[in-house]
Amino acid sequence: MNAPAQVPAPTIGPPLWLLAEITYRCPLHCAFCYNPTDFAATTDELDTEDWLRVLREARAAGSVQCAFSGGEPLARDDLEVLVAEARRLGFYTNLLTSGVGLTEARAAALKAAGLDHIQLSFQDSTRELNDFLSHTRTFDLKQRVAATIKANGWPMVMNCVIHRLNIDYIENIIDMAVELGAEYLELANSQYYSWALLNRDQLLPSREQIERAERITNERRQRYGDRIRIFFVVPDYYETRPKKCMNGWGSVFLTVTPDGTALPCHTAKMLPGLSFPNVRDMGVREIWYDSEGFNRFRGDDWMQEPCRSCPEKEMDRGGCRCQAFMLAGDAAAADPVCDKSSAHHVVLEAVERAQRPVRPVAKEAPLIFRGPADSRRLIEEGRKSLAAD
Amino acid sequence: MSEVNGIVVTAKPRVSARFRLQWEEAQQSWVLLYPEGMVKLNASAGEIMKRCDGSHSVDELVAELEQAFDTRGLHADVARFLDMARAQHWIEV
Repeated sequence: MNAPAQVPAPTIGPPLWLLAEITYRCPLHCAFCYNPTDFAATTDELDTEDWLRVLREARAAGSVQCAFSGGEPLARDDLEVLVAEARRLGFYTNLLTSGVGLTEARAAALKAAGLDHIQLSFQDSTRELNDFLSHTRTFDLKQRVAATIKANGWPMVMNCVIHRLNIDYIENIIDMAVELGAEYLELANSQYYSWALLNRDQLLPSREQIERAERITNERRQRYGDRIRIFFVVPDYYETRPKKCMNGWGSVFLTVTPDGTALPCHTAKMLPGLSFPNVRDMGVREIWYDSEGFNRFRGDDWMQEPCRSCPEKEMDRGGCRCQAFMLAGDAAAADPVCDKSSAHHVVLEAVERAQRPVRPVAKEAPLIFRGPADSRRLIEEGRKSLAAD
Repeated sequence: MSEVNGIVVTAKPRVSARFRLQWEEAQQSWVLLYPEGMVKLNASAGEIMKRCDGSHSVDELVAELEQAFDTRGLHADVARFLDMARAQHWIEV
C-alpha cells in the first residue's frame, strides 16, 4: 500500500489588508463606535517615523490595501506624509473619515500625496438625527466635504451605520447619497461591539424595521440602476449562521492600533489570555507569521463542538471570536449567532427585546456616547469589578 | 468594420479610471485595485490587462500575445475576455 497521503499544512497568505488606526482622537461621539471603550487609556500614539516603518514593513510582507482610520485620521497632521509614503510604496490608499477637518487645503494636499479614495461616513440624512447621533453639528460640513471629494475626482463611498434610530429614514439616506454623487453606498447595520454593545438595546432594529429597509433599498436600486451601488448589511443577530469574521483569523487583515498593537481585527484586544505584539517591538512579517496572537485561531485545532465536526466550519470559521467571548464567555466557542451554539439564546433574547414598539428616542434608555469621560469611567468600573472578583 | 462580441478590433482599450492595475510580487500576479477591494487576475487575464494601455488596438494586442506566447488563434478568447472586462468596468473601450 501507498504511504498515507500527507495533508499539507494550509499556507498562510500575506496580510493583504492593513488597517492603520492612526489615532483614537475623534471630534464625534458616536454611540455605535467600534473603538474600544477603554480607548482613553491610550496616550502614547505611534509617531510619524514608526508609522512610516510599519507601512514599509507591511508592504514588504505583501499588504496592498491600506486604510487610514481612527478615531478621525484627519486629527493627525502627518496624515499627508503617511499617505504619500503608502502610495509611493504601491498601496491602494483609502481614507476613512467623518469629514471633520477635511478642508480644501488638506484635500489638495492629500490629492497631491496620491490618496486613491475617501470613504465618508454619515450618521444619518436628517440634520437633527445626524447631530443627535454623532453628538455634534456636522451635517452641513459633511455635505461640503462630499462636494470637495467629488471636486477632487476621488471615487466616493458613503458609509452610513444603520440602526434602530435611523433605519426608518433609509430612503432619505439613499436619496441623499445619490444627490451627493456617491458611487457606492454602504448601509451597514451596527455591529454590536464596544460602544455599540453598551447601547445594543437602543440600537438593534426590529425585524419589521429591517424588512421595510431592505424592501425600500431594493426599490431604490431599481430606480437608480447604475448610478449607485448600494450594499445593505443585515445585523448578524438576525442570522442563523455567523459571519466569516475578517475572512478568517489572521487570514488577510492586519490592524495596527494607535499605540502600535498589532491585531487580527480591530476589536481583538478585548480577548483575554492572548498577547498581541506591538510594532515597536516586532517586525510586521514576524508578527503576521510567528506571533502567538495571530496564530491562536488559525487552522481548526482550537475549535470546539459544535464547530469542530460541523460541515460548514470552513464557510464561517466558527464566526467571530470577539462575539463568542462577549456573548458566550469563551473566545474559542461557536459564535452565538449560530443556532447550533449553546449560547444562541443570548442572541434570541436581544432580538426578542428589539421587537418592542419603536418609540421616540427620548422615551428609551439614554445612549452612552463615545467620549473620553465615559471611557475613563468604564475603565474604572472594570478595575473595580476585577478587584471585587 | 469587424467586431467580435461587440468590441471593435481597432478600438484601443485602457484600464478604467476606477481601477488601478499593478503587479504584486507577494502574490505573483497582476491585480486590479479599487476602493477597499482587489481582483486577483489569473496569468492570462494579467497578460491581456497589462496591454490595455490605450495604445494597443485589439488586433495589435492579440498579435503581441500570439508572438509572446508563440501561438495563434487567440482572437476569440481575448475578445471574450475584453467583453467581460468591459462589463465589469475594468476597461474603457
